[in-house]
Amino acid sequence: MEQEPILQVENLHTHFFTKSGVVKAVDGVSFDIKPGETLGIVGESGSGKSITAMSIMRLIKDPPGKIVDGRVLFKGENLLEKSKKEMRSIRGNQISMVFQDPMTSLNPVFTVEKQMVETIQTHRKVSKKEAIDRAVELLDLVGIPSARSRLKSYPHEFSGGMRQRVMIALALSCDPEVLIADEPTTALDVTIQAQILELLERLQKELGMAIVMITHDLGVVAEVCDRVMVMYAGKPVEFSEVTELFDHPKHPYTWGLMSSIPQIKNRQDRLEAISGLPPDLRDLPQGCSFAPRCKHAMDKCHEVDPAFREHIPAHHVRCLLYEEKEEVTT
Amino acid sequence: MLNYIIRRLVMLIPVLLGVSILTFSMIHMIPGDPARSMLGTKANEKALTELREELGLNDPYLVQYGKFLGDLAQGDLGTSFKTKAPVSDELESRLPATIELTLFAMAIAMVVGVLAGVISAVKQYSWFDNLSMTGALFGVSIPIFWLGLMMIWLFSVKLGWLPASGRLSSGVEIEAITHFYLLDSILTLNWSGFADVFKHLLMPGVALATIPMAIIALMTRSSMLEVMNQDYIRTADAKGLATYLVVFQHALKNAFLPVLTVIGLQFGFLLGGAVLTETIFSWPGIGRFVLQSILARDYPVVQSTILVIAVIFVFVNLITDILYKYIDPRISLD
Ligand code: SF4
Repeated sequence: MEQEPILQVENLHTHFFTKSGVVKAVDGVSFDIKPGETLGIVGESGSGKSITAMSIMRLIKDPPGKIVDGRVLFKGENLLEKSKKEMRSIRGNQISMVFQDPMTSLNPVFTVEKQMVETIQTHRKVSKKEAIDRAVELLDLVGIPSARSRLKSYPHEFSGGMRQRVMIALALSCDPEVLIADEPTTALDVTIQAQILELLERLQKELGMAIVMITHDLGVVAEVCDRVMVMYAGKPVEFSEVTELFDHPKHPYTWGLMSSIPQIKNRQDRLEAISGLPPDLRDLPQGCSFAPRCKHAMDKCHEVDPAFREHIPAHHVRCLLYEEKEEVTT
Repeated sequence: MLNYIIRRLVMLIPVLLGVSILTFSMIHMIPGDPARSMLGTKANEKALTELREELGLNDPYLVQYGKFLGDLAQGDLGTSFKTKAPVSDELESRLPATIELTLFAMAIAMVVGVLAGVISAVKQYSWFDNLSMTGALFGVSIPIFWLGLMMIWLFSVKLGWLPASGRLSSGVEIEAITHFYLLDSILTLNWSGFADVFKHLLMPGVALATIPMAIIALMTRSSMLEVMNQDYIRTADAKGLATYLVVFQHALKNAFLPVLTVIGLQFGFLLGGAVLTETIFSWPGIGRFVLQSILARDYPVVQSTILVIAVIFVFVNLITDILYKYIDPRISLD
């Protein structure tokens, strides 16, 4: 049975117009995600994965940022054509987001109750009491002990892991159909990371929402995702099922990421196996953006920008290693 | 909380002792003779000596200071050399006059300053931002006496809209209950009196508000700009909250702490008597009173009034600190 995708991103381009030039942070990203599916977006910082998420939510600061091209279809409707007011009624309601740092993502001067109740009451016509009951239910759901009494606490009175649970509860307040998790475990201790991932998996089974999991960590992808898109310099470079990607990785950048999957005990060391730095997005090298760091780069890699192609069914790669000779020369 | 307040009040004692020693020594150090300033330059030596004896000015400094402290301990602020009235009587209407003017000015400064700062930050680099920030820069640099005189010239002399001096027009009566005339006129349902008091407050209030308003606006803007980039503001946006909630609740409450510091300090300064403004607008407050008393070498008035100002200053600080705790739950007062 083919299910209709709940969210489709088509050819998304988000650029930042700065004094020193145009930063093409997201430059042609397309993917779709079905209800109940988890899609991973992987890449180093600066690869455009977070900007992709912020673009879907229409949270890009304008100026300097602007979504210059593409469509974001949520249940068939283009979010990029919605008014600000319509977008507000979708954000936190049908599409919600969990951020990286739970220490700074909750407002320090308001109680958890206030922050949850205001979200619920923004999107649902319920009394304060009903909203509080809902908040308790949610905190229970994400595994916060003695939920009702913790409602009156301020964020600083929770540990990091508990705060991230509060963030998740907040994101789930209105039964979203899509949950975007932007590096939800990066700021946490290793043991807590595993707990939060388990929690997200359990919640997805219970609630059936689609999850877009943004991470720099292929280990996280292996644990929770169904499909994965690898991004580099604002563009997708590889896209396939997770098992396929781990069994037959095709792109040299993915190889680099794989060899840098840290052992559980030192997951903090990030992607050090790939030498060099991500390119300057204002001034991309000619040809393949990855060429300056690619161990397999050929002469033509510095001239021809490879296309993103389905080289084998359901497995897209952007790399000249797999291009037919004739195609390259034309 | 109560413990904290009590501790702060106990700490008030050494502060006040220090202030009293300082004022006592300073007023006695400046050259001048209370007896001569009371009797005039043509007074004969004998009368002067008698008066000095009577005022206790011939006693050793330590005895004079001890007597001042002793009276103070019994709640006696002393008696004015000049008017022979108890200092507390003199302060009874002057202190409310200054407090009323300060509250009025700070209300203007806070409302306008915070609003201008918030809008400037949210609409950074807009025409409003440019206009209000230019205004704020003028505000902090404009000499108050000049502004006051210009206002009097325009609104009193040229247009005749507003009274140039005092708290009340002659002929208008207000039954003094608290000596806060706005309050008294409301309490006695005296609406024409209220209007008259309000008109008298307007010009000195605006003049006095200028500097704090400008500082508050600048501070609010920079603080808001910083807060608007915080992760929790992004969260608030991602939750779909209405913009006014994001700006005026989530951002402003966080941005308000440094602004509160400024407000507290300015409040203290203004309460200490805005000498210039009170002088220009002949406002019968403590600023002008202290100045006149210093000129007349009216020692008891100067000593006690400055002490009262110090107490108020400390209280304003205490209230500011308590408000801090109220705004930011992470701050611990202990
Ligand atoms: S196109 Fe060339 S440089 Fe780019 S990833 Fe493939 S091999 Fe490396």
